Amino acid sequence: MKPLSGIYRIALKLLMNDKSKFTALLVGITFAVFLMVMMMSMFSGILARSCAPVYNIGAKVWVMDPAVNNTNSSIPMPDYILSASRSIPGVKYAVPLYFGSALLKLKDGTYQAATVVGLDDSTLFGRPEMIEGRIEDIFAENAFVVVKDAEFAKLENPKIGTEFEINDNRATVVGIAKAASSGLFGVPTLYTTYNRAITYIPSARFTTSYVLIEPKSEADVPGIQRAIAKLGYEALTRDQFVKKVANFYTFKTGVGMNIMMMTAISFVVGLSISGQTFYTFILENIGKFGAMKAIGAKGNELIAMILAQAFVTSLIGYGLGVGAASTFIIIAKWRIPDYAAQLTNQTLGLALVMVMIIAGFSSYIGVRKVLQIQPFDIFRG
Amino acid sequence: MSETAIIRATNLVKWFGEGEARTVAVKHVSFEASYGEMLYIVGPSGSGKTTLLSIISGILRPNEGSVVVENQDIWKMNDDELADLRLNKIGFVFQDYHLFPRLTTVENVAIPLILKKMEWNQAMKLARDYLDIVGLKDRAELQPVKLSGGEQQRVAIARAIAGKPDLLIFDEPTASLDGDTGRKIVEFVKSNILNEKRAIIIVTHDSRIYEFADRIMKMEDGKIVGYETNHFNEK
Repeated sequence: MKPLSGIYRIALKLLMNDKSKFTALLVGITFAVFLMVMMMSMFSGILARSCAPVYNIGAKVWVMDPAVNNTNSSIPMPDYILSASRSIPGVKYAVPLYFGSALLKLKDGTYQAATVVGLDDSTLFGRPEMIEGRIEDIFAENAFVVVKDAEFAKLENPKIGTEFEINDNRATVVGIAKAASSGLFGVPTLYTTYNRAITYIPSARFTTSYVLIEPKSEADVPGIQRAIAKLGYEALTRDQFVKKVANFYTFKTGVGMNIMMMTAISFVVGLSISGQTFYTFILENIGKFGAMKAIGAKGNELIAMILAQAFVTSLIGYGLGVGAASTFIIIAKWRIPDYAAQLTNQTLGLALVMVMIIAGFSSYIGVRKVLQIQPFDIFRG
Repeated sequence: MSETAIIRATNLVKWFGEGEARTVAVKHVSFEASYGEMLYIVGPSGSGKTTLLSIISGILRPNEGSVVVENQDIWKMNDDELADLRLNKIGFVFQDYHLFPRLTTVENVAIPLILKKMEWNQAMKLARDYLDIVGLKDRAELQPVKLSGGEQQRVAIARAIAGKPDLLIFDEPTASLDGDTGRKIVEFVKSNILNEKRAIIIVTHDSRIYEFADRIMKMEDGKIVGYETNHFNEK
């Protein structure tokens, strides 16, 4: 004997054999999951891209002005911050990083905005992984390394030796690199040395965008942070910087709120469609559930039947919704290189939680109705 | 309680509502039904038949009185024990059959067996046997909506007897059938379903089937107003 297994089978047959209701339920949940996953994936992709430089450069500790809230809006710091950082106990080494925007004049005469990263001349700390050429060539005259990412084509697919102009200075491509993640703003990225960057690109009095610190050990990080704070600046670990950027986009721009609202709307759509359809299904069968009660079905058995119906439908809808969203993201990324959405475990987990809430809500209204029906009502007709 | 009685109802009272709105549906009703007996409860609408049926089958709690089924006072049981009693001792045939339209005929019949936690394939096999008893084995895989009213009634009977109950309760079994089909159904029940280990209680208005009753209990205004014994059916 398999306790309750027959009950579940009956429950699922009752639901799945009612093809129109079952389809409506699946469509509702699938659609809601698709929308929720798409919204959250888009948000996750945007956040990942907004933090791309932090991951690509890979420093353990970043020193910056406390007012910096995202990688692209760096506030130049005076040179003494670099010197002071180097003298803090626990610092293995500290290097400057230039991070700025430039307008490139391409060979055909058109202009293209780009992000220029200036690496410390002596260490090249934060250098990218090369696909073509050698990183040492970055020290050559007018040398720049171009990142081959989704924006690469905007520079007319340059090769080693391709030339363009930056602020009336000649720039020559000496290598092609790859980055772990593309940036958020849809502009190509170029690497050069720190000194060339500040020479080629017009800048204010101070030129150091960030100071990158390699601590001697993890245990030294809090001390370094306190020492930097005394200087009136902020030292953040990679994860803290990523969190700061993510919080900025989530709470201080419209991006987070808008996507959250769209996700909530998708959730409500799924909740209403599946709740309403499931309720109608229960109402249509209420007499039969009452008859089952009269025959001898216990309350917990009827609850088990309804839960099985709601949760199995929700899980199938979840699978279909995630499948549809994944397919959409794969096709979109294939056709649109800039497409930012990325499917993460957190997104899948959150969508599953939301689907379970939908299933719980749908079963709750079904269970309430079924527990209310009295077998006596069946006799009374 | 006599040795042959399967059920004994004593001094049953049931009212609905309170104060001036109180309506007494069953007034001090006592009766017994014996093994092998087909007992009819008849009377006009509003006479309390359905309320009495619900009380004796463990569905509706009386305000006063007791119901003893096979020596167990059912209204001293909790809800789960009552559900078990209904599942194991009582079979129901409802006026509108209440078959699940999305299940096949055999799956409908198997419901009491499934509720008894019988393994699926075994339940289906037994359900087919019960469908065979009511002459519908060849309709096993059809959905109830594809059957005639009489056939649906037979499916409901097969479902009612699938749990091997000692007491079968029929609520207006001929109400949804034409006269000829109704008679045939009750005749079938009398000759094939009723036996010396089982009692059948039928609530009906339909005087065309009175001839099949062993005893007819007449109700009016919540009270028993008389009995009639059908001497043609005396064994």
